[in-house]
Amino acid sequence: MSTQLKSLAILGAVATAIGSIGATGASAQEMEKCYGVSLAGENGCAAGPGTTCAGTSTIDYQGNAWMLVPAGTCAEIELPGDRMGESEASLEADGYMGLARDLPEGLTDEVLAQYRDTMM
Amino acid sequence: MDAHEFTTALLTPDAAPPEGLTDPAGRPAGRRFDVYRNNVTASLADALETGFPVLVKLLGQATFRQLALIHLRAHPPTSRALSQYGAEMPGFLDGFAPLAAYPYLADIARLELGIRRSYHAADAAPLTPEGRDPEALMALSPRLAPATVLLSSAHPVLSIWRYNTEPGAPKPQAGAEAVMITRPQFDPAPHLLPQGGLELARALDGTTTLGAALEATLAAAPRADIAALMTLFLGSAALTLSERP
Repeated sequence: MSTQLKSLAILGAVATAIGSIGATGASAQEMEKCYGVSLAGENGCAAGPGTTCAGTSTIDYQGNAWMLVPAGTCAEIELPGDRMGESEASLEADGYMGLARDLPEGLTDEVLAQYRDTMM
Repeated sequence: MDAHEFTTALLTPDAAPPEGLTDPAGRPAGRRFDVYRNNVTASLADALETGFPVLVKLLGQATFRQLALIHLRAHPPTSRALSQYGAEMPGFLDGFAPLAAYPYLADIARLELGIRRSYHAADAAPLTPEGRDPEALMALSPRLAPATVLLSSAHPVLSIWRYNTEPGAPKPQAGAEAVMITRPQFDPAPHLLPQGGLELARALDGTTTLGAALEATLAAAPRADIAALMTLFLGSAALTLSERP
């Protein structure tokens, strides 16, 4: 195969790839952090030891534990009672009060106040 | 007593407490040291358990705990950041005779460490095909994103990992596997690299154009599926155009 023909074959394959990424929306699906919807120990993260991240929520639907969901679906997730999932935008709108529900004992208002300060 | 003596006693379970330790009332504090030694050891073993969940599953918790105790005494942390602890586990497993019958364990450890390294890597805007035609794309010289990690194994390392992390994943079949870990959103994900994948990844050094890298890939692996490779590399945020920080 001549160099030019080979390049054309590559060009065609790259065009196919671009088309398939567009068609399947593999990367197009925007995700957002959704707070207060994850079950205890199932909040998302792969940070490893020494972090307060993966699987450390101890209560179901803990308000300050998040997982990634498709953008725009956060508030639609069905939860027991009158709970609602909160996106970062909706949290900001109410002054981060949404982080304060279903928390482990010992997380007092003082502790939460510091948490809100670092988020804003 | 110097720091070295203290550390040595800390990592030697049957060593006598270092001389000269006292409690606030001036009495010898040997038992307090024992408590501290136990807590240090237990916390490091816990850290290794958190860092290598698939190794724990493969070996069983009791066996892994034994391994962790031997490992943490041979390789105590060298960094203050616990999130990086365990980097010496793969090399340690390579030379650990009692587990020589399971040669894939070291690569499982490499994969688990790679996922952790990818998680903590710097952000970079990913190269996507959006708004670019194929010619323009091929003229760019991207490099691997900081969160992209490569692993080449003589064992079916990703199949074993999946079999132990994803419900319903197929049983691993013998054979070499190459893996690319990428971080499209917040969480890293490992992908099986098809034929030519390693060659392409290694060719993309930030100075070679995508077109030239694909030619080199075909020269090294004539049966490489360029469309599949590009779908993987562009669809999983593996590449970036931004400069090395």
